[in-house]
Amino acid sequence: MTMEKDILEIESDFVESFSFLDTWEEKYEYIIELGKKLPPLEVQYKTEDRKIRGCQSTVWLAPFYNDGKVFFKADSDAMIVKGLISILIAVLSGHTPDMIINASLDFIEKIGMHAHLAQTRSNGLRAMVKQMKDYAIAYKEMHEQENYQWNKKR
Amino acid sequence: MILTSPTYIDLDVGAVRQQFPILNRMVKNKPLVYLDNAATTQKPQAVIDTISEYYSNFNANIHRGIHSLAEEATAAFEASRIAVQQFIGAACPEEVVFTRGTTEGINLVAYTWGRANIAAGDEILISGMEHHSNIVPWQMLCEEKNAVLKVIPVLDNGELSMIDYYNLLGPKTKMVALAHVSNALGTVNQVKAMIKAAHQAGAVVLIDGAQSAVHLDIDVQRLDCDFFAFSGHKLYGPTGIGVLFGKKDMLENMPVFQGGGEMIKEVTFERTIYNELPYKFEAGTPNIAGAIALKTALDFLNGLGRDNIRKHEAALLAYATAQLELIPNLTVIGKAREKCSLVSFVIKGAHPQDIGVLLDNQGIAVRTGHHCAQPLMERFGIPGTVRASFAVYNTFEEIDALIAGLWKALKMLS
Repeated sequence: MTMEKDILEIESDFVESFSFLDTWEEKYEYIIELGKKLPPLEVQYKTEDRKIRGCQSTVWLAPFYNDGKVFFKADSDAMIVKGLISILIAVLSGHTPDMIINASLDFIEKIGMHAHLAQTRSNGLRAMVKQMKDYAIAYKEMHEQENYQWNKKR
Repeated sequence: MILTSPTYIDLDVGAVRQQFPILNRMVKNKPLVYLDNAATTQKPQAVIDTISEYYSNFNANIHRGIHSLAEEATAAFEASRIAVQQFIGAACPEEVVFTRGTTEGINLVAYTWGRANIAAGDEILISGMEHHSNIVPWQMLCEEKNAVLKVIPVLDNGELSMIDYYNLLGPKTKMVALAHVSNALGTVNQVKAMIKAAHQAGAVVLIDGAQSAVHLDIDVQRLDCDFFAFSGHKLYGPTGIGVLFGKKDMLENMPVFQGGGEMIKEVTFERTIYNELPYKFEAGTPNIAGAIALKTALDFLNGLGRDNIRKHEAALLAYATAQLELIPNLTVIGKAREKCSLVSFVIKGAHPQDIGVLLDNQGIAVRTGHHCAQPLMERFGIPGTVRASFAVYNTFEEIDALIAGLWKALKMLS
């Protein structure tokens, strides 16, 4: 992942990649491939509190905060979900909380995966996006709190 | 095993299909292959027309109002009750209570009969293959009353352990609530024998008929169950209408469920005298259109011949099971000796959700997941299954499409 690129640039890279895929088969084969390539999540992160439980599959999402930026690692027992998470991680991981919170993620519709946003009862994209943004909000608040405490001490 | 020409039945599946407008539609640019009938069946034109006809011609509130429309609507509504009575073999129409569906029927019994008859230490017996709808209402009741929920274990083949059942039945057992047919496995439970045993132990029996009413001949008097609940939408009828059968003396002695209009005989601010059966359980304006169209659905079923439907569905199930078992690493979950029109399976290395998504993209609708039976999935140590469930309008070609679709999905996932 190129760290210099901002969220919109990464999104448009995906839109471009998907534009070359004409059929649903090609699109899903690409997603499945991305799922398989997602680096495995270390077992110590596969805990109950990192689970996004849905009706259909299990997703583990582990956030990390380093130098003002949020990073994500994830895994799932379902391959298509894993591929979709892989895309979300490529887009959102490594950015500041504000950038993550404000990301509109319009590209999901452009790559034809918006149907997964609507699957409210399964582990759709929606639950994952919400969880990632919630972590970003939490890190932002934590950071502000730390700044506040630090300023107060001064 | 090849069964391509169903010559054994007097049923023209092509003609049946023509009665279902939705079967003509395309999904993802492919002809719809609808194999999620255990979730809900599609509706024949006659049912759709009945709903339209009711609102177009004689919409009125029932059991009140002296005008012609109200009389027509009431007559149609009560005619439907009699059709249901005949359909399930109830002794009288008063034993047929209209509900929103199976879930509401079970909740009604847990709420009214349960709160009047269950005390601390009493036991309620359910099975390990119940739908959440036949677990949670009893759990709520047990929590409230300090009663104990006991569970009949499921054997590896998907049948209930009858030895355990007889051992679990005891003097403390007050209620046995059982699925007639498992929505996740297709197992047909031997409810007649189980009801008899429960009665000998002094327990009351509720049968969850959500999955059975559409496939099996239901005779509540022969079964001798105290309650039987089912939904209209799973037997070609509309959503939002269902039936709770209760033996008359049981219903009469039960406290009321919801308060409101219709369920009363006389109201003063000091007290209310409740209406008689079945109206005392039907507070508020019911789903009139749904109830009337439920009769149309029953007429549709009876018109085709229940035996014809059963034979066709049994052949579909046998064909689908045989074809599925040719797929490497596929395991059918639930191999009960008697099964009903659905097959649940898992494939090693392919998550049910992935299979569901890839089948959907081929226009094939199946159900994936835990089928609202999480304890059962845990029993088999699986996150869920893929479930194909059949109805009278399904064809052998559609099963071929499912098999081809599965091969394609597996190739994509490999």
